[in-house]
Amino acid sequence: MKRALTLVASILTLLSGTANAQDIAITNATVATGDGSAPIDNATVIIRGGKVVAVGQEVRPDPAIPTLDGTGTWVTPGLFATVTTLGIWDVGAVSQSNDTSASGSPFSAALDVAPIVNPNSQHIIIHRAAGITRAATTTGPSGSIFGGQGAIIDLDADGQPITKARAFQVVDLGEGGARRAGGSRASAHILFRAALREAQALIGKRGTPQTTEIVKDDEVMLSRFDAEALKPVVAGNQKLFVAVERAADIRSVLALKTEFPRLDLVLVGASEGWLVASEIAQAGVPVLADALDALPTGFDELAATQSNIGRMKAAGVIVGINVSGAENPRRLAQHAGNLVGLARMPGATGLSWGEALASISSIPATISGMAGKAGVLKRGAFGDLVIWDGDPLEVSSAPVRVYIDGVEQPLDNHQSRLRERYRDLDESDLPKAYDW
Amino acid sequence: MNCAARLMLIAGSALALAACTTTDGSESGPEVQSAASQAPAFSLPPTPADPYPSTYKPYPGVETLIIPTTVFDGAGGRIDNGWVHFRDGKIVAVGGPTTMPPDVPNVIDGVDKFVTPGIIDIHSHLGDYPSPQVAAHSDGNEATSPTTPDVWTEHSVWPQDPGFSRALANGGVTSLQILPGSANLMGGRAVTLKNVYSRTVQGMKFPGAPYGFKMACGENPKRVYGGRGRKPSTRMGNFAVNRQTWLDARAYAEDDNPKRDLAKETLVGVLKGELLVHNHCYRADEMALVMDMAKEMGYRVTAFHHAVESYKIGDLLRENDVCSAIWADWYGFKMEAYDGILENAALLQNAGACVVIHSDSPNDIQRLNQEAAKAQAAGKRMGIEISDAQVIAWITLNAARAMGIAEMTGSLEPGKMADVVLWNGDPLSVYSRPEKVWVDGALLFDALDPKRRPVSDFELGQPGEGDVK
Repeated sequence: MKRALTLVASILTLLSGTANAQDIAITNATVATGDGSAPIDNATVIIRGGKVVAVGQEVRPDPAIPTLDGTGTWVTPGLFATVTTLGIWDVGAVSQSNDTSASGSPFSAALDVAPIVNPNSQHIIIHRAAGITRAATTTGPSGSIFGGQGAIIDLDADGQPITKARAFQVVDLGEGGARRAGGSRASAHILFRAALREAQALIGKRGTPQTTEIVKDDEVMLSRFDAEALKPVVAGNQKLFVAVERAADIRSVLALKTEFPRLDLVLVGASEGWLVASEIAQAGVPVLADALDALPTGFDELAATQSNIGRMKAAGVIVGINVSGAENPRRLAQHAGNLVGLARMPGATGLSWGEALASISSIPATISGMAGKAGVLKRGAFGDLVIWDGDPLEVSSAPVRVYIDGVEQPLDNHQSRLRERYRDLDESDLPKAYDW
Repeated sequence: MNCAARLMLIAGSALALAACTTTDGSESGPEVQSAASQAPAFSLPPTPADPYPSTYKPYPGVETLIIPTTVFDGAGGRIDNGWVHFRDGKIVAVGGPTTMPPDVPNVIDGVDKFVTPGIIDIHSHLGDYPSPQVAAHSDGNEATSPTTPDVWTEHSVWPQDPGFSRALANGGVTSLQILPGSANLMGGRAVTLKNVYSRTVQGMKFPGAPYGFKMACGENPKRVYGGRGRKPSTRMGNFAVNRQTWLDARAYAEDDNPKRDLAKETLVGVLKGELLVHNHCYRADEMALVMDMAKEMGYRVTAFHHAVESYKIGDLLRENDVCSAIWADWYGFKMEAYDGILENAALLQNAGACVVIHSDSPNDIQRLNQEAAKAQAAGKRMGIEISDAQVIAWITLNAARAMGIAEMTGSLEPGKMADVVLWNGDPLSVYSRPEKVWVDGALLFDALDPKRRPVSDFELGQPGEGDVK
């Protein structure tokens, strides 16, 4: 099978020549569409013009387009990773290479990640090789409660990473926000309200713009530019990702809708979401939750359990996996797989296999404003798909091919090059530095 | 409180004779001096060699036979359709389909399940960086001097860390080494625990386990101390401070009647081979230098921890018989972790060097089996086949050996502690979890019994008490 794939691949390489989208049919694969349904055996996926055009057992590939025999492989939509910092840092502890936070900046909500995403970042390339094709990436709160405007990016090699700029705003209204607002949740809440009221005034809806900035000591908590940047948030034209963990904090966030009815809220973190799951469901607010938090890491996560996502889902909450809770985003599939295993444990609540895949594909895509486009194999969706050498949620599996917008992607990276260099330690002829 | 007031408060007690310092610093009261001079020469009791001894005692267990099941024995062996028998806290026998199992009343059906030895984490900060992770709990780094061989982790471990329960129930962890952090070149003594809650840390200490000694290479010490304008601020500074500290310890060892020095006692213990060196070190070139330093000074490095570049020097590590305690996939968070690759463990195994998969994390300690499986699979994709049974050894016997407890646990060998995990499926699958965990033959976690899971003091009366976690 592997040989067949290689053969077809070389033909494809000859045919394509450029990085244009390829028309391709993958046949005889186990196909999981990412919409929550169970995988389909012996199915076909057809991509044409960079888009998915057909998926299913009944699909017959057009003989005019190249066919890849997917026997023994699994095909899924490209995974959708939220919330990440992919593309905005190289080495975490090397501050010059790290644009994830800007505590010395006078700006917060106005920060915009779109112009600074580096598509050649090793982390983008490494995570592409792990089957992640799109991600929500953002700067985080540092100087103030607002983290800035995150973007939806693709992880392809065309040098144009932005799928949607300024897709969402980030605010921390939990412990972290309290610290940044001067030391208390109360301060974070009034800062939040002041900022949104100012944005309302700037729109001209209500009140008169009052402040040019809010400062604390020599730190700017809200500048005029930040208030401007919050206009689409208060108008409901830009999603607001709210980081909170504690049940009480979640309730307070849900209540914001009475004050600012147009807010398009997304809860991020929500370790104690299961305690207020029915209220979240009733409010219709989706959640991006850490899959495997099981410890009272802080006093706002006392009730953390891996059953959180399953319990919220069972209560009717739309919930995807927030990968910022993982050691690195390439653990996305592992986290989803754990929730499938959890479903077998007495007293625990996990997800079905199909739901687990959806929690790292279509659901986070939908929550991020990419419904029907990303994270799903259905007609009209981006031609983002991954061919895996086994069950994609299993820790032993890995992608063998990754397509983004219908273009097969290079998977080599710094790590794979090191692996090949050190496959053996033979330096009898030349130093390792010549082995490349 | 002034002297007079204190004397009044304690009047009538023998303590009234205690010296009371006046404002000029002299001792007051002639009767005090005469009392002291009339007392017989005061002789101190000798200090014990083991001043904070383990008080761990195995909990009662029931003689048990698990049959039929798939057994990974921890030593690289696998038995299909096998069985495991333990009694009085010890492994009695492990057998296969052709060996007659004993007649035991308590039989556990292991069909479609797997048995491994208890998982062992060689690198944990449970207890010294416990949950909740508040500053008041930050007890892992005595970051006030680049060398603090005098500190002992056990004096920092909070035995109520909720993390111990997660490691047991989700991870099947039965033994673990708690280390000081890596701010210092020499961080202090590490302690090995049984993963059994106790009111005291002594009640968790693994009986007979040697102490570990934590050292750290590279970025952390030079950053912490260089940032304060003091030595070391460079990697060469790291080595200079280490070497001088070892030389001073050697002089101390040769002194016939030295004034007791806690730091040097620990270092002499290392030189004598009584303490095992666990050296945080990422880069291959630094590990090579450390191995030379160890030879220069006359000690042995047992394991390099976080050794993300070990794959570059598998030959050297094999020749020096040094284990690499590593993650499967951590990389990139700091400069010295930039060259971390998924195939590290497999390349090391292939080179004949010792591999241990560690966590250094209250989260990953709950899934060491999955981390090991990831590392195995990465090897397989590059053509290095490592058996499932060998991969289980990475998180059991190999860890036990590097912690000096392999004679007692780490494999299902007759006579060893009955530290046993029954998994509800293949432990190298993401879908499997511990169903039962025994420590010294005592059933301390049972997924089928809601009360047979530990709940730390901290979690009582709090949201989620006793929940599945």
